Order: sequence, then C-alpha cells, then structure tokens
Amino acid sequence: MTVSLADWFREAANWAFMIIAIPTLFAGWRTVTSNNIVRAVLYLVVSLAGTAALFIMLGAEFVGWTVVLVYIGAVIILFLIGIMITRAPLGVDADLSHARNVRTPAAVLGVLLFAVIGYAVIDAFENSMIEPFEPTATADLANLLFSRWVIPFEVVSFVLLAALIGGIALARKDDNGAQR
Amino acid sequence: MSIFIEAAIRAVFVFGFLLVTVILLVWVERKFVSDLQNRVGPDRAGPWGILQTLADGMKSFFKESIRPTNVEVALFVAAPIIALMTALLIFMVVPIGAPVEINGTEYALVGADLNVGLLYVLALSSMAVYAIVFAGWASGSKYPLLGSVRASAQMISYEAAMGLSLVPVVLFAGSTSITTIVEQQQGTFLGVFPAWNIVLLPSFVIFLISGFAETNRAPFDLVEAEQEIVGGYHTEYSGFQFALFFLAEYIAVFNISALTAVLFLGGWSGPVFGPAWIAWVWPIGWFLLKTWAIVLFFVWVRASLPRMRYDHLMSFGWKKLIPVSLAWIILVAIAIGIRDFGLPWS
Repeated sequence: MTVSLADWFREAANWAFMIIAIPTLFAGWRTVTSNNIVRAVLYLVVSLAGTAALFIMLGAEFVGWTVVLVYIGAVIILFLIGIMITRAPLGVDADLSHARNVRTPAAVLGVLLFAVIGYAVIDAFENSMIEPFEPTATADLANLLFSRWVIPFEVVSFVLLAALIGGIALARKDDNGAQR
Repeated sequence: MSIFIEAAIRAVFVFGFLLVTVILLVWVERKFVSDLQNRVGPDRAGPWGILQTLADGMKSFFKESIRPTNVEVALFVAAPIIALMTALLIFMVVPIGAPVEINGTEYALVGADLNVGLLYVLALSSMAVYAIVFAGWASGSKYPLLGSVRASAQMISYEAAMGLSLVPVVLFAGSTSITTIVEQQQGTFLGVFPAWNIVLLPSFVIFLISGFAETNRAPFDLVEAEQEIVGGYHTEYSGFQFALFFLAEYIAVFNISALTAVLFLGGWSGPVFGPAWIAWVWPIGWFLLKTWAIVLFFVWVRASLPRMRYDHLMSFGWKKLIPVSLAWIILVAIAIGIRDFGLPWS
C-alpha cells in the first residue's frame, strides 16, 4: 500500500509526529553546534524528551517514561553536576571550537548511521501501518522480557557491568599511583 | 463528553485543589510549628490568621521581580515555572477518592489513571531537579550555584532510594498503576487489620525518609541553609518568581504526603456509612485525613530535628538506605516467589 502526500497530511497523528520530531531534530543539531557546554547539555535534554514523547505516541508508555527517568532524570543531571562542580561558564566557551577536522568525520559518521538505521527500519516494516494508540501493558512487556528475551536482557546487563567496572578502573588508576 | 474537555476539567480541578491546599498547608505549618515552639504564630489576618498565606501571596504578586544583570535570562525565567509544573503534574496521577457514578457513567477521581503511574511519578520528580539546577546555574552567582549543586546531588541520591523503596510495592501489587495499588489495599487482613501496604514497613520508612530529602525539608534542608549559602538556589529570585518556587515546594510536600497515603496507607480505603448519596464523600475524607496526618508529621519533624551535616546526609543515603532497600527488595521478591510458585524444592 502506498501513501500519498495528501493522505499523509490528512492524518492527525502525522502532524503530532512532526510537532514533536522537528524540535527534537533541531535540539539534536544544536547539541553538537552550541558554543556553551551547559546549553549543549540542555539541548540534549530537549532531544531526549522528544524521543520519549515519540515512544509515548507509539503507545510504549513504559519505554517513554523510562527514557525520561533514566536519561533525562539521572544521566543528564549527572552531566550537569559534573559540569557545575568543575566549571560552569555563562556565555560562549572558547574550548568548544568545533574544529573542522572533527566536524567532517562526525558528519560522515552521522549520515552513515542514519543510512543504516533508515535501511533497517524500512526493510523491517516496509509499508505496514502501525496502530499506535493502544498502550502496551507493562505486565506484558515484563512477561516477554523475562521469558522469551531473558538471555539478551541478561547479556545487556553484563555490558553495563563491564562499563561500570571500566569506569571504576579508570577513576581509581591515579589514586593507586599516588599511594605507591 | 469529548475526552479533551474531560481532561481539561480534571486538570483544572487538580490545579484548583492544589492551590487551595497550599494556602491551607502554609498556614497549618506556621500555626503548628508555633504551637510546638510555644509561640502564637500568625493571628492577624482573618480568624486564627488563616488569611495570612493569601496576604503573603498577594504581596509577592505585587512586588518587583528583580533580575540581576549576570543571569542567563531564558533559564532563569524557566526554572520556577518548571518547578511548579512538575509539582502540579505529579498530583495528576494521585487518586483522591473511590470512583463515583454520575448519570450512569463511572468517573475515576484521579487526574489520569496511567498504566505506568509510579514510573511517571519518579520520572517527574527527577525532572524537578532541573528547576533547581537551572535556577542555580542561570543566576550567575556563587551561592545559588553551591546551593543547587548540593540540592541536585541530594535529590538524585535520595531519588535512587525512593525508587528502590517503591519496587516492593510494585511487586506486592503486581502493577505500576497507582489506582490498582489502592484497590489492592481494600478490605481487611485476618478480619481486623486493614490490608494496607504498610506491612512493607521498611519500604514505608525509606520512602518517607527519602520524601523528606526530595522535598528539601528539615532535617535535610541543607539546600537553603541560611548560615552557609544564604537562600540556596533561589537566592537571586524575588517577588512572584520566588513565590512560584515557594508554591512548588509546598505542593511537593503535599504530593509526597498524598503518595505515602495512597501507596502505603490504603489511600481512600476506609469504612463507609450513611445513605448512598453521601457515601462517595467518605473515601475522599479518608484520603484527606491520611494525607494531612502525614503533612502534620512533616511539620512536626521540622520543629523537632536539627539539620543534618552534608557528609552524613550523603553517606546515610548511599550507605544505609540504598543497601537496606536492595536487601528488602530481594526478601520481598523471594517471599512473593514462594507465595506464587511454592518453595523451590517442592
């Protein structure tokens, strides 16, 4: 089934999608181009909030609120505390110069990533319509996660454990050196 | 009725309810603290000084909002608004009474019965930290910055404990919807005791303690320790913008009290008497009674306990509350596993 542009505009959900998606994209772009590190982090918040809103639009309430809780509520706040207790400049920060030699590879990488994800999504869903307005029950999600998907779930937790140990190892290194 | 109109009515009702509550709450706190300290407290505006809060509110409304030259304007303005918004939004998922039937349609007395209500509460209370971070950073001044670093570190630490303390409740009820959790607590246990979640006593205690820290109340009010950091994150705020922070803080206290009542003390469950047309009032009364009892407990603690030292606060959160709640989760999970599936060797 093909969807014409006129049909696309007639659907209210598409308008809602655009209202969420455009600020999300803009915030994502400003995150990497902003000249002030605190502002960059705040644009990242807007972009994550947009992502959460899109999840909620798809009926994935649990995932949406988890994004808010974990990313916006914890990860970014830790970023902000880290920035604020080290340096918290108001105004333009000269260190964030966005040098050209970094810019180009980053752009190329971004385009490539977009191509891969875009291809995967189009390949998986093609033109199938998604019925978005029935929220997924959290209990169903939990049952699936702990029966069919329990091994991937545990494997992912090992990745987090490895990251945690890596973080501790990195942070502790200097300390031990000083003591010896 | 269109769902949009219904949603709007619910939102307006919650907003009005909270505003009236805050006016009472501030007065109750001042009166109760002055009673505990052998003072008279406010007694000039209206009978027993009950209009004092209203007068204070009017005053701050007409005062000039000073904006220091060094501020980051957008965030400085946004911070008090975010504080108030998150506080108001949290109450949207708190059921204040049993469902009522009007013209054959049943209406739940809750702003919105979310499937993931508890997650929503936690997510929004973590958003509340932003208001404090923004206020501290955007003020472009030393004391607010120090105050907001303190506050945000304190709030995210105790948020972890609070989130963990709610896991046994979710396990026990088998749902993250707050309405379902309240419905699970109806009836009695062994015929005499109300079947409240207060049987999860460690969770209740940890939730309440982290509630004190989340709302920056004494004994965890280092955020605004006047001797050390002046007013904390809201040092540079004045007039109406300050009033918004003040409002948000008191709504947060009421939210935590209401959530405690709903999650651990059975919410609107309680005996119902009298003719049918009055029966729907009782659940609301029980909910308000339980909530205000906890509010008074908050005030009582404020009048009784000294402020904690910052390192004690942090080590208490991370080294005591979080390990205890983790151990308690494991215990509850094992108990529920045995209840549902029997002993592992049987």
